[in-house]
Formats: sequence, C-alpha cells, structure tokens
Amino acid sequence: MAISVDEVFETASMILFQNLDIRTTTLGVNLKDCVDSDFPRFMDKVYQKVYVNARRLVERAGELELKYGVPIVNKRVAVTPVSLIMESHLSPEKFLGLAMSLDQAGKDAGIDFIGGFGALVQKGMTRSDVMLIEILPDVLSKTERICSFLNVGTTQAGLNLDAVNLIGKMLKETAAKSSKSLGCAKFVVFANAPEDNPFMAGAFHGVGEGDLTLNIGISGPGVVRNVVANNKDCDLTQLSEVVKRTVFKITRAGELIGRELARSMEIPFGIVDISLASTVAAGDSVANVIEAFGIERIGAHGSTLAIALLMDAVKKGGAMASGNVGGLSGTFLPVSEDAGMIEAVKKGALSLDKLEAFTSVCSVGLDMFAIPGDTPQETINAIIADELAIGVMNNKTTAVRVIPVFNKKAGDLVEFGGLLGSAPVMEVNRFSAREFMSRGGRLPAPLTSLRN
Amino acid sequence: MKEKERLFITVIGEDKKGIVAKISTLLYELDINIEDISQKITEGFFVMTMLVDIKDSRAALEEISLQLKQIGQELRMEIQIQHENILKMMHRV
Repeated sequence: MAISVDEVFETASMILFQNLDIRTTTLGVNLKDCVDSDFPRFMDKVYQKVYVNARRLVERAGELELKYGVPIVNKRVAVTPVSLIMESHLSPEKFLGLAMSLDQAGKDAGIDFIGGFGALVQKGMTRSDVMLIEILPDVLSKTERICSFLNVGTTQAGLNLDAVNLIGKMLKETAAKSSKSLGCAKFVVFANAPEDNPFMAGAFHGVGEGDLTLNIGISGPGVVRNVVANNKDCDLTQLSEVVKRTVFKITRAGELIGRELARSMEIPFGIVDISLASTVAAGDSVANVIEAFGIERIGAHGSTLAIALLMDAVKKGGAMASGNVGGLSGTFLPVSEDAGMIEAVKKGALSLDKLEAFTSVCSVGLDMFAIPGDTPQETINAIIADELAIGVMNNKTTAVRVIPVFNKKAGDLVEFGGLLGSAPVMEVNRFSAREFMSRGGRLPAPLTSLRN
Repeated sequence: MKEKERLFITVIGEDKKGIVAKISTLLYELDINIEDISQKITEGFFVMTMLVDIKDSRAALEEISLQLKQIGQELRMEIQIQHENILKMMHRV
C-alpha cells in the first residue's frame, strides 16, 4: 500500500517540529587486545583503535543522516572499563596519561564523549579500581570528553558500601577542581549497570561484549508530548495506547538507522535504547510530557503514576518495534537538562525525595541535580546509597549523577551552559547518616537474588 | 537495470504559486524521475509530497539535498528529504 500524504507529513513533522532525533550512536570498542607491558606502546594502540573506529562512525553516521533526514545528534565511543586494562600499570600518572590519550583520540575523530573510564566494583575493589577512583578528580577536570562510571552494586552481589564511601570525597574534589563543578556531570555511579547502555555519562563496553558493537539511543519526548496533547479526553488505557503506537514508530526508525549504520561499518548491531531523553531545547522535555497528561507541574502528587504509565507504554511500543531493545530503556529525568524539570524545582514542585520515588516506576535515577557545595561527603554517599539500594533490592538499574556545586547554597541557580542547561541547587536533608555509613562493608545480596 | 532508489520529498508551509514548477524543474535538471505527487491541507499546513526515483541521477544525495533546501529557503517552506525505507518502517508492519 502506498504511503499517504498524512503519513509522510506525520514523519516530517516529528523531525521538523517535534525534535525527533537519534540522540546517540555509541560505538562499543573492546580495548583488551591493546594491553601491553610497554606503556607508550599500549597508549598508542588504544589511541589508534579508538581513533580509526570513531572516525568511521562519524563518517557513516553523516551519510545516513542525509539519507533518512533524521538528525544523529551525538556520536560517541564506549570502551572496556579502564581499570581492567590498567591492572599492570599502577601509577596515577599512567591513568591520567591514558585518559589524555583517549580524550585526544575522541577529539581528533570528532566525537562528543568517550565513556568507560570506570570500574565494576560491586563486590570488591582491586588496587587498580582504587587508583582509578583516586585519580578521577584530575581526569574529570583535565579532560573534555572522558566520562566515568562505577558500578558499585548488583542484585547478585549486593551493594559495596566501601566503594560508595569513596565517592562523596571524590566528587567534592572534582567539583572544586573543575569550572562550575562540571567535572561531576561526567561521572555516574550505578547499581546493575547495563553493559550496552549507549547514553553518557554511563556508557561502557561490557566485558561480555564482542570486539566492536554499535548501540543507539533514540529520543522523542517532543513527539510523545504532541500525541498526548492531541488526545486530551481519553482515559488512561487509551492514553497508553496512543503513546505506545507513537513510540513504536520512532523505535522502528531508530532500528532501521542503527542496523544500516552497523552494516555499513561491517560490525554487529547491538541494541536500541528506548529511553526518552530530554534536552533543554524547547519542546524536548520529559517533564512536559507528564504535564501534558494533566499534571500542573512534575513533582505534584500523581506524577509517579503518570511516569509509570508513560514508561510502561514506551517500553511496550519499543519492545514490539525492535528485537534488540536494551541498555537502560527507562527514563532518566535529568534536572538540569530538562526545561520542565528546572522549572518544577524552581517553583518548589519537585524535591529530591520525589525524584527518588520516581525510581520505583522506572526512572533510572537521580540525574544531573545540583546540591550545595558544603554538603558533607557522607551525606552525598548516603544519597547515592539510598538510590542504589532501590536498584539492588528491586533488580533494576539505578544510577546517580550529582553535582555538589562548589561555593553554592540551596536556592542558588547554576548556569552550566549549552546542552547541560542550568540547575537550581536543591536542598538536602540536614540530618546525618555518618555513623551508619561509616560501618562500611557490603550490603548482602537480597533474597530475590537466590533464584537458582 | 539499476534498482530504484526512491525518496520522499515533503514540502510544508504556506501555499503559493510556483512550488511544483520550481521543484520539478530542479528534479528534471538533476535527471530525477517523479513517480507520484500528492498534496493536501492538513493541520492548517499546505503539504505536498513527491515520490521520486534518483537511480539515474548523477548528482549525489548531498547535492540533491542541498539544492532542494535552497529552493525551500527561496519559497520560505520546509523541505524534507527521506529515503522511502524509513517511511515503510514507521508506517507499515
């Protein structure tokens, strides 16, 4: 059956007026084969492998952008967790050297970010893991493109509180060293981190992955908002249905472009991540989708139900459209990167506690929120531990990206600029968990992990 | 015989004289065959779609796209070019 004018118009409007885009194409690159006892040679191999493959990604993505008329906003690389390949080069200078070399490869190839400068420490930390965490303030403040992650908990292993307890201090140092404390925006801490997540800052190329793989993240809060706004009088079942159908369409577009990109690069196609990702651009806000449901401001009572409905419909539509849905495929609700979220915090509609509650219905975590620079490090650790405990106990991915903004107080506004937006500094609970956190150790794996 | 390579050209904006003339002249110059044209007013917009086959054209997609966008600017209309595969993927199961 021929494609009708209305169908062509629908697709064209999604792109022209509703910000539909491929938010990210992320090339996973295995670096284990670069390991070499000669450090300069090791760095050179890493540079070459990342540069050559990233260059191809940028070229091919440009061609497909033209062919399908869908903007491919970000081209990125995710590498093998760096602490793993640095086990035999234990010096802080070498860690920093490798970060610089990766940063340069990304810059030369024309990609936005390189993820994977991190470690999997859910059960314990090697010397390399500890060294990596110690050098992170320098890496995050001295490089432009390097993103870092730590996976500190899984449902199978429990939560490594000793690792969590290193993070608050590390983040405060990073905040002090980097302009506007922005180094912290390039670090995510996870529970149950997926090995194929294409979204930054938390992307890395998992150890269970092949040599090269292409993962993509589609986006389209504007498209979903539009369809919700056009269906004002329907009940929840019908609302879910219209969202599902729309997400089906945009996921099919993502699947087509992702597969063709992988084929043209002659590498395996990994996954489509169907997370709705917001930007500060007008009309590209997930909070505005929730508000289009009929909620005055995100954060009001009723918001958790609205997010539950939205994300469930997104997942159902996406899962029908692609056989390879993966990554996070939930929703991050980044405070600073979403105009509706910023507004809700400013107006007092949204608190940290409500943001944490959203996690229970498939938000992936607490993302891009600013807290006062003088927040005690154990309080930062406790915020992280709370959010990750939800992930560990409920067998889902949860994550935290927090910015303790140097020299700022609750109520101040921090302008990060560009894609990172601006963030109202949020209030944190002033009571302490110091004694509890200082117990350290590991939260045992939950009963739900005993499934064999 | 070369296989067809079909694109949809979508023109959106305010209706005016010369839209079809300008675009079809360009397509003729670029050796592109028009297989179908439809137009209608939808959601307050004038929308025209053309299904074209570029298999005989010597111009690269980049060139075609650039020239069409230029016409779009002259006409003050949005012009979107997309390979037909994406529309098939999105609208047909």
